[in-house]
Amino acid sequence: MTSQPDEGGLGRRGLLGVGAAAPFLAPRQAAAQPAPPSLPLKERPDMTLTLHINGKAHPLTLDPRVTLLDALREHLALTGAKKGCDQGQCGACTVLLDGHRVLSCLTLAAMAEGKEVTTIEGLAGADGALHPMQQAFLDHDAFQCGYCTPGQIMSAIGCVQEGHAEKPEQIREYMSGNLCRCAAYPNIVEAIQAAKPQMGRA
Amino acid sequence: MRPFSYERVPDQAAVRRGVPQSATSRAAPVPTMLLAGGTTLLDLMKLDVLRPERVLDINTLAPKLSAIEADAQGLRLGALARMAAVADDAAVRREFPVVAESLMLAASGQIRNMASLGGNVLQRTRCSYFRDVSYAACNKRNPGSGCAALDGYNRLHAVLGTSEQCIASYPGDFAQALIALDAVVEIEGPQGARRIPFAELHRQPGDRPDVETTLNPGEMIAGFAIPAGPWARRSRYVKVRDRESYAFAAASAAVALDLDGDKVRQARIALGGVATVPWRATAAEAALAGQVLDEASAERAAEAAFRDAKTHGENDYKPELGRRTLVRALLEAKRMEIA
Ligand SMILES: Cc1cc2nc3c(=O)[nH]c(=O)nc-3n(C[C@H](O)[C@H](O)[C@H](O)COP(=O)(O)OP(=O)(O)OC[C@H]3O[C@@H](n4cnc5c(N)ncnc54)[C@H](O)[C@@H]3O)c2cc1C
Ligand code: SF4
Ligand code: FES
Ligand code: FES
Repeated sequence: MTSQPDEGGLGRRGLLGVGAAAPFLAPRQAAAQPAPPSLPLKERPDMTLTLHINGKAHPLTLDPRVTLLDALREHLALTGAKKGCDQGQCGACTVLLDGHRVLSCLTLAAMAEGKEVTTIEGLAGADGALHPMQQAFLDHDAFQCGYCTPGQIMSAIGCVQEGHAEKPEQIREYMSGNLCRCAAYPNIVEAIQAAKPQMGRA
Repeated sequence: MRPFSYERVPDQAAVRRGVPQSATSRAAPVPTMLLAGGTTLLDLMKLDVLRPERVLDINTLAPKLSAIEADAQGLRLGALARMAAVADDAAVRREFPVVAESLMLAASGQIRNMASLGGNVLQRTRCSYFRDVSYAACNKRNPGSGCAALDGYNRLHAVLGTSEQCIASYPGDFAQALIALDAVVEIEGPQGARRIPFAELHRQPGDRPDVETTLNPGEMIAGFAIPAGPWARRSRYVKVRDRESYAFAAASAAVALDLDGDKVRQARIALGGVATVPWRATAAEAALAGQVLDEASAERAAEAAFRDAKTHGENDYKPELGRRTLVRALLEAKRMEIA
């Protein structure tokens, strides 16, 4: 394997690029035809809206296309929620919306107006004390690289609050929307089991 | 994503005036699309497959359109009820298990919190060529351009209800429960309200794979009505897929049985993952009527269900997988303990 990133499209990056766009399709089958031309680019006014995040109101002026994930990361410097796939397939972007876990990459920022958004940054107490789920992830070594972890923790809190963390099998089923490339799954399940009794049913 | 304007629909009257046009209506493509959970719409807008110029958020109607009501007549579900809410509802789980199971086995915890029932039944195929605009040949996305899947990657494609123009499978789960239980879909639009059998909502591809439903321009789904019946409690959804969770069906079966001891008074069967539309397996139902339900009769029914299957290479395994899935669903439903 060459370690040259983009040379000849055979480097790791080249393959990853193709893989991300079209998981099962070989590049040679790609049509020569370019994508159809864009619609005339009309002027769309930006929207003014207020997002309530971790107990604070944030007035914003945004293009309607901005997702909740991009609003958090690019406009508010809340980079805890991660962009793994941007297609609803990995769970790295999970946040709570009015207490329910959702994917911020498939939510428009505008759809979150009037709702309370909770991100990983909003979990610790004012004194810095970690949320029981955060502490349990540390105690049980429930991550390696940590990229999926904010999403795992937000999803785990949602899972417990929904009442879907009664047994290990149930946790595995109801946490299936959060992928971990490092495969920390067994420890994640342990962490959730450990944190559950310490969490009040919110 | 292309530029669009975002508006919230003020009330249902605005929908009745016919402002919105649905993505899958006869006049597709159209510049305005409804937004519910956004888990199909925003995904496909990012991929440049759907290109509305105006996105109309209907979640303002949620207080009126989120009903989950079970009574002696049956079950009423509002179009904006969330998948998770319905899957977790105690009455739905007890009285219509196939409905709860089809929802619970779909997507992920997060997506089920976001996604609405109306959006769910209108989700679009996962055919890779449909989702990737760099492929020119896709009759569904680009009418008349051909079908790259016919002799391309078609491992997850349909074997029932296909045409020379399109073999994309209908990806959803919940729709099979609706088909098996003879649900009615409630539609509202500029021409007023109408109710049609759910089985008449989706169109087989034929020579117009781009036209997926019988909704008229400007119409929206308001809800679903599922009639009560002696089969509803003995109902089951079995889903087989590449991984155990968070994957679309390679094959699935929704069954509801009215039994007289071991004998089948009536069997209702719908198949998923194997057909271009939510598929009612009428031949299999007929094969079971009046028979003792056992492995042999279940296998005969499954044989009948896939008699007309047409495969395209990579999906040659599907009829066998589909048959086994159906046999398992029938035998599991028979064994259910009904309170
Ligand atoms: C990673 C992933 C995995 C998934 N796995 C599964 C699975 O295993 N099984 C499964 O069944 N589904 C699965 N899904 C699909 C998911 O269930 C659907 O995307 C979801 O149900 C769509 O509902 P929504 O409210 O988000 O729809 P939206 O995205 O808001 O809308 C979908 C379409 O319906 C139209 N629409 C919405 N509501 C109405 C209405 N009331 N009347 C008329 N038109 C309307 C919209 O204009 C749009 O065209 C998966 C999705 C993802 C991203
Ligand atoms: S199967 Fe249908 S959706 Fe897929 S490429 Fe062919 S026409 Fe397009
Ligand atoms: S980034 Fe949202 S699910 Fe992957
Ligand atoms: S810890 Fe690396 S992806 Fe989960």
